[in-house]
Amino acid sequence: MKATTASAALILGLGLALTGCAGGAPAATGPSASAGSLEGSITVFAAASLKATFTELADDFEAANPGTIVELNFAGSSDLVTQITEGAPADVFASADTKNMAKVTEAALADGAPVDFATNTLEIAVPPGNPAGIESFADLARADAKVVVCAPAVPCGAATSTVETATGVDIAPVSEESSVTDVLGKVASGEADAGLVYVTDVIAAGDTVEGIAFDESGEAVNTYPIAALRDSASPAVARAFVAFVASAAGQRVLADAGFGAP
Amino acid sequence: MRTGLGGIPRWVAAIAAVGALFVLLPLAAMTTRVNWAEFLPLITSESSVAALLLSLRTSLAATALCVLLGVPMALVLARARFRGQRILRALVLLPMVLPPVVGGIALLYTFGRRGLIGQGLEVLGVSIAFSTTAVVLAQTFVALPFLVLSLEGALRTVGTRYEAVGATLGASPTTVLRRVTLPLVLPALLSGAVLSFARALGEFGATLTFAGSLQGTTRTLPLEIYLQRETSPDTAVALSLVLVVVAVVVVGFAHRAGAGAHLSAGLRS
Repeated sequence: MKATTASAALILGLGLALTGCAGGAPAATGPSASAGSLEGSITVFAAASLKATFTELADDFEAANPGTIVELNFAGSSDLVTQITEGAPADVFASADTKNMAKVTEAALADGAPVDFATNTLEIAVPPGNPAGIESFADLARADAKVVVCAPAVPCGAATSTVETATGVDIAPVSEESSVTDVLGKVASGEADAGLVYVTDVIAAGDTVEGIAFDESGEAVNTYPIAALRDSASPAVARAFVAFVASAAGQRVLADAGFGAP
Repeated sequence: MRTGLGGIPRWVAAIAAVGALFVLLPLAAMTTRVNWAEFLPLITSESSVAALLLSLRTSLAATALCVLLGVPMALVLARARFRGQRILRALVLLPMVLPPVVGGIALLYTFGRRGLIGQGLEVLGVSIAFSTTAVVLAQTFVALPFLVLSLEGALRTVGTRYEAVGATLGASPTTVLRRVTLPLVLPALLSGAVLSFARALGEFGATLTFAGSLQGTTRTLPLEIYLQRETSPDTAVALSLVLVVVAVVVVGFAHRAGAGAHLSAGLRS
């Protein structure tokens, strides 16, 4: 299903690129640096955890800059990096971690240095009512608790490992999932007694899970960087969008969703 | 053997060639990205071997379950007459067209801790979620229609003539089934089983949703490939190639087993 969305976005992106070409002649002289006269469409590749916030940010950006269109493509950061390095038509990349952004900058695909725009920390998610009575991070190591975490290969799993190492708490998970969504799904359905996800995921999940904050989460703070991409057909719009995300208005939207300041 | 187009127009053959390229080119493209120098160490790493063995084990178990449940299902669908048969047939084949993730969710609501049956099992101390059993159930769910469909097609094609003769000679229904019907459709049964095995081997979505992902317990080869892409694309590509080779061998075997039998019904969908 993920692949379907990605390919749909790819086709959409291709279509946009084509229309961009068709209207290329007048557009080339069109966009100027001033915010009022921005014109053009961009495709933003953003980490899956940014879905709600970036959908809102894109709407706000379009409202503030009539004449611009922001298309969004959400997926796991490493999926997006693969797509970008394989030539997908992306104008902006927002990553859930610095490691994946580094792959893009190392491939010299970024337009300027990436900007850190948000942080995220881990939180314990439990099914409503907390049937297993999980109270603390140490409780996750209890033998009778079914705990689901992200695999160490993905950012949330790497953060989990970092906290485990720092605290000496050794979790024996019943499953190591490939994404936060899968962890949340197992917790929300009650299959697992607890899961480790980001603070923002717990907020976004609404009533389906309860969150338990823990002090040790400070051991692993995840930084989100964003960058305009070098091959963008509308570099001015791409840069403006990056600036908008980092602006006070953008930061407010992110803070409401539970993201920390960079 | 004489080669030739066998009377089909050239343009049909040309389009067929494009279709074949469409399937083969991506596979060829994948092999160009294989890191051959590291290939052996990548596919023999502990996690890779654990995933491959788990995949083979669970797929074999799922195939056995498919044969056990699918043969009676195909017989009932092909021979019996009852109201609602066509609807039942369509419903039973549903997992074939259902997105596997949907299958996984449905299984979760059935066998999960709070599921329809899972709740009762939990009371009895049986927990299916996050176990290898869950993987086998997910694989069986998606693979069963392949066996039912290919076997049902074969049963319809061979007809009931020999069975009727057997019955008039005094054989009981079970004897007719054992001595007449099953030997007649054995090639189709074999190829159906092989197809089910192949489908089980490639199962991803339902497993991910329903069983979870833990090395040696629930992380089958497709799940391992999905995970490895995050950190080691080389490993993911190498393992993908292993899966392709296994699939090619399996499909090749299915073709030989199905030679003469009517596999077409199973392949058409």
